[in-house]
Amino acid sequence: MNFSQSFRLAVKSLMTSKMRALLTMLGIIIGVAAVIVITSLGNGMQKMMNDQFDQLGANLIQVQIWGRGEGSRTIEPEDMYALAEKYPQYISGVSPYVNMYQTPTIRKGTDEYKRTSVYGVSEAFYDASRNQTITGESLVQGRFLSYVDVERYQNVCVIGDYLNQELFQGGGLGKTLTIGGTPYQVIGLLEQKADSTEGSGDDVIFLPYGNALRLNASATVSLYLFTSTNKDASAAAKGVIENRLFKTFQSSDYYMVMSSAEMMDAMNTMMDTMMVVLVAIAAISLLVGGIGIMNIMLVSVTERTREIGIRKSLGGKRRDIRSQFIIEAGTTSAIGGVLGIGLGVLMAQAAGALVRGLMSSSGGGEFNAIPGVDSVAIAFGVSVAIGIAFGYLPANKAAKLNPIDALRYD
Amino acid sequence: MEHLIELKDVYKIYHMGDTAVHALDGVNITVDRGEFVAIVGQSGSGKSTAMNIIGCLDVPTSGSYHLGGVDVSTMDDDQQAEIRNKMLGFIFQQYNLIPKLNVLENVELPLLYAGVPSGERRQRALSALERVGLQGKHKNLPSQLSGGQQQRVSIARALAGSPSVILADEPTGALDSRTGREVLAFLQKLNAEGDTVVLITHDNSIAVKAKRIVRLQDGRVIYDGDAHDPQALVQPGEEETQEVGQL
Ligand SMILES: Nc1ncnc2c1ncn2[C@@H]1O[C@H](COP(=O)(O)OP(=O)(O)OP(=O)(O)O)[C@@H](O)[C@H]1O
Ligand SMILES: [Mg+2]
Repeated sequence: MNFSQSFRLAVKSLMTSKMRALLTMLGIIIGVAAVIVITSLGNGMQKMMNDQFDQLGANLIQVQIWGRGEGSRTIEPEDMYALAEKYPQYISGVSPYVNMYQTPTIRKGTDEYKRTSVYGVSEAFYDASRNQTITGESLVQGRFLSYVDVERYQNVCVIGDYLNQELFQGGGLGKTLTIGGTPYQVIGLLEQKADSTEGSGDDVIFLPYGNALRLNASATVSLYLFTSTNKDASAAAKGVIENRLFKTFQSSDYYMVMSSAEMMDAMNTMMDTMMVVLVAIAAISLLVGGIGIMNIMLVSVTERTREIGIRKSLGGKRRDIRSQFIIEAGTTSAIGGVLGIGLGVLMAQAAGALVRGLMSSSGGGEFNAIPGVDSVAIAFGVSVAIGIAFGYLPANKAAKLNPIDALRYD
Repeated sequence: MEHLIELKDVYKIYHMGDTAVHALDGVNITVDRGEFVAIVGQSGSGKSTAMNIIGCLDVPTSGSYHLGGVDVSTMDDDQQAEIRNKMLGFIFQQYNLIPKLNVLENVELPLLYAGVPSGERRQRALSALERVGLQGKHKNLPSQLSGGQQQRVSIARALAGSPSVILADEPTGALDSRTGREVLAFLQKLNAEGDTVVLITHDNSIAVKAKRIVRLQDGRVIYDGDAHDPQALVQPGEEETQEVGQL
């Protein structure tokens, strides 16, 4: 009924004592700003990680095999290929993925590189129709490993942009380098993927997995990479892979199948939980802010006892007085909330820029601290709610004042 | 026809520790529509207590009070607020304007609580201000007006809701005598135009401007009659009659 007047009065009295208003709203401002910063950074982090997963392939499934030690129960790459052929509706690609136990030295003439990632893969690692490997690399020149290369342990390799630039000034195709002492011919060049620095995603070599196993002096492939046909099929693909492995090992202790989709979900759940915890901590400041508002409203009710008496003598009922003070408290906290949102967005931008600066050196994905519309709306709603909740007690005190006593008050 | 105000055997007893103070001690007062009554008496005689009960700000300890035929002596807080809003217009000694609201907003207050829509509210408040000769001042804050002007704003506020009774408690107490006379003249004019006015004062020279005087002493009515009867001005133990003679 008299909302607009109460609102205008509240704004007016806040304006006339700005310092007091600011101090009153400080708790709310800090609390809301903290919530905005936390959710912005959390959202940014989550988005960045999801982007990285997408880049890596959200359809990726890693299969780690420890094996049983007994010769009779082993999984051969052929078993995995057969599985992929049997379930084309779920599995779109599979390749061994042999990591080096010890990073081999890459040498060309007198140049030495010791941080290069070397992987042994099969021809199935690369999908020519999409010009993409399972882990997302593309070819710019030459070709990928072929069936014959893999079958005959050919000393050929595909190299990343960093090595191509550093060792061959961009003209590496057909040239030779040595990996762990053995000469290899470069048959393909990969497109630049990261920032082409040492140790980055561009400092990479792919060679036939058999050759990699020899470098490792091991006999069996312990890691396979699968791709599912799409993100939704990844659970089904994981299922058929697990069934196949269980058939061989008769126990689930000798292998582990992890899908990116699953890991992404797990990571997102973890991030969400962490954010809830942090926001809950920040919310304590909102509580303190609410108490600050209650305190100042109690002071205000005392200061304005006479006004309350006048209003009552003119016919103001309890609920009129109560709503006037509640609107005032709500307005105060709402303005505090808006200021807090503004401050939070600014601080999130600054923090985002800082994190971006720290990460550009390590060549991570794009990081942006974006406050979600929903978190801004919730922050605003919560601050108004706090004002109303903590304004209720003082407002009720005002509403219950005896008009005669209130009128006589000086 | 029923009386507008009818106090029947009203007691107001305050308990101070062991002693009971009879602020009103069996008071019977009736006021009809169109009357101009002054309630007078010495300090502590019970005037303010009577005014609070007539003004529905308080309820009697015992006895009944009918306002416009309705028993208001047993009403609760909010019911009394509604009666005050609809039937009573207050004029206080200290004006009691809200300092942060401008003149128009102050005058609009009773209409606001009555739920009058904003357009009509403004219209009625402006015409009440015009009645007290304060047109053009409606945007001022109370602090920007003289005492007399502030009291006229409070009269406009009392009039705005078209109440049945205008209750004035020492309305000239804070004003110089000239301005005080203006305010009194204004109350007389309102009464001449048909409004019912109840004036509370300890000052005989003001009381004689009313048509009828009710004199209280120790919570009892000791005179109730024509304001021009010399008997009305006899204050037991005081010589105030002579002062009045000088007016
Ligand atoms: N709240 C109260 N508690 C106790 N006693 C009270 C209270 N209010 C008034 N009284 C007593 O009741 C009596 C009448 O008081 P009241 O205020 O009605 O006098 P009054 O005629 O208005 O006096 P004045 O001209 O000084 O304003 C006084 O004795 C006073 O002490
Ligand atoms: Mg008094």
